[in-house]
Amino acid sequence: MTTISMTVNGRQVSGEAEGNTLLVDFLRKELSLTGTHVGCDTSQCGACVVHVNGESVKSCTQFASALDGASVTTIEGMANDDGTLGVIQQAFQDEHGLQCGFCTPGMVMSIADLLKTNAQPTEGEIREWLKGNICRCTGYHNIVKAAQSAAATLSGAREAAE
Amino acid sequence: MYNFEFTRPTDLSVAVEALKAEGAQALGGGQTLIPVLKQRLAMPTTLVDLSAIDSMKGIRRMGDTLVIGGGTTHGAVAGSAEVANAIKGLVELTAKVGDPQVRNRGTIGGSLANNDPAACYPAAALALGATIVTNAREIAADDFFQGLYATCLEEGEIITEVRFPIPAASTYQKFEQPASRFSLTSVFLAKMQDGSIRVGVTGAGADGVFRHEGLEQALSSDFSAGAVDGVTVSAEGMSNDLHATPEYRANLVKVMTKRAVAALS
Repeated sequence: MTTISMTVNGRQVSGEAEGNTLLVDFLRKELSLTGTHVGCDTSQCGACVVHVNGESVKSCTQFASALDGASVTTIEGMANDDGTLGVIQQAFQDEHGLQCGFCTPGMVMSIADLLKTNAQPTEGEIREWLKGNICRCTGYHNIVKAAQSAAATLSGAREAAE
Repeated sequence: MYNFEFTRPTDLSVAVEALKAEGAQALGGGQTLIPVLKQRLAMPTTLVDLSAIDSMKGIRRMGDTLVIGGGTTHGAVAGSAEVANAIKGLVELTAKVGDPQVRNRGTIGGSLANNDPAACYPAAALALGATIVTNAREIAADDFFQGLYATCLEEGEIITEVRFPIPAASTYQKFEQPASRFSLTSVFLAKMQDGSIRVGVTGAGADGVFRHEGLEQALSSDFSAGAVDGVTVSAEGMSNDLHATPEYRANLVKVMTKRAVAALS
């Protein structure tokens, strides 16, 4: 066991990890941040996507021990400070982008990463980007609409600020 | 997954030393190795994580050569203007590996060292005639790959960087296996500065990545889709699995080469 310290959703945290402790287990069991889901545990489904140092990664295919000192953002860090839904989360609700919701944390985190580098992605770019996120309820139609709606809202907010 | 000691050196020499221990295994981005460990197909006693060694990361151009650090992620290569200007085929290749999250972690060194018969990077290394540099020596790509998951790397040898000669033009044409997104059959085509043509094929060969001399010769004298039609690509030596027969893969070699020629014409 070693003590791992990270900044998670802006807070300095630390916990114990074995060599083989996966980041997703560290988040869920050690830090009780259960919004990040384990779907397949084989890097296919993307329910476990979080951001590490600003990049989206699959937290089931990352060792916590490799991330001492890293900055991690999980789905719990996507809400607004007052607890209301963040822009991408709200877009999923508005566009009915989820049914059971199991894949949604990973979808939101992947789309957040996309919109950082591509503010107005095309439908094709969104579908291509979501290759590593699998939804088994709704199909992807409304998820893509949610991503487009979030992109429009964020772009509108940016223009209003300028 | 079996448990193991986890070490994270920041210095290459410390990593090389740590890998001399019995049962030690290097960890690159982990996008192959971690699933392998979960399946208990490997049981290292110590994992030596290379991701904190900054000297193994980055992309730089040195004259007619593009140098990519062994610990550089696919995402970094796909997003690099330096790579796009020098070797467009490498951007096309890295942008199609796995998914964005895998690309943010998987590394060029890890991909080449693993030599998965359906991985993308080996095709580029062979087609471009790359030099694979380790902590101990420099290895020509033509000597590096030695069959399924096999390379000439010694135990504990680490790929520190890969040097790609900058070609006149290059492209990567990938035919994906839709579930795994590995190559069912893909072709990296390079027009070198001296006018020679090199064709690297991945996903098709039963012994892993290979160059196709017949296609290279035909395209060197006549760079056209018609020249590809005149070449016989034998099904002998091609992989056979539930996704594709050897004959299907042999046909795909020609189809993907023609697409590559069209992309560069």
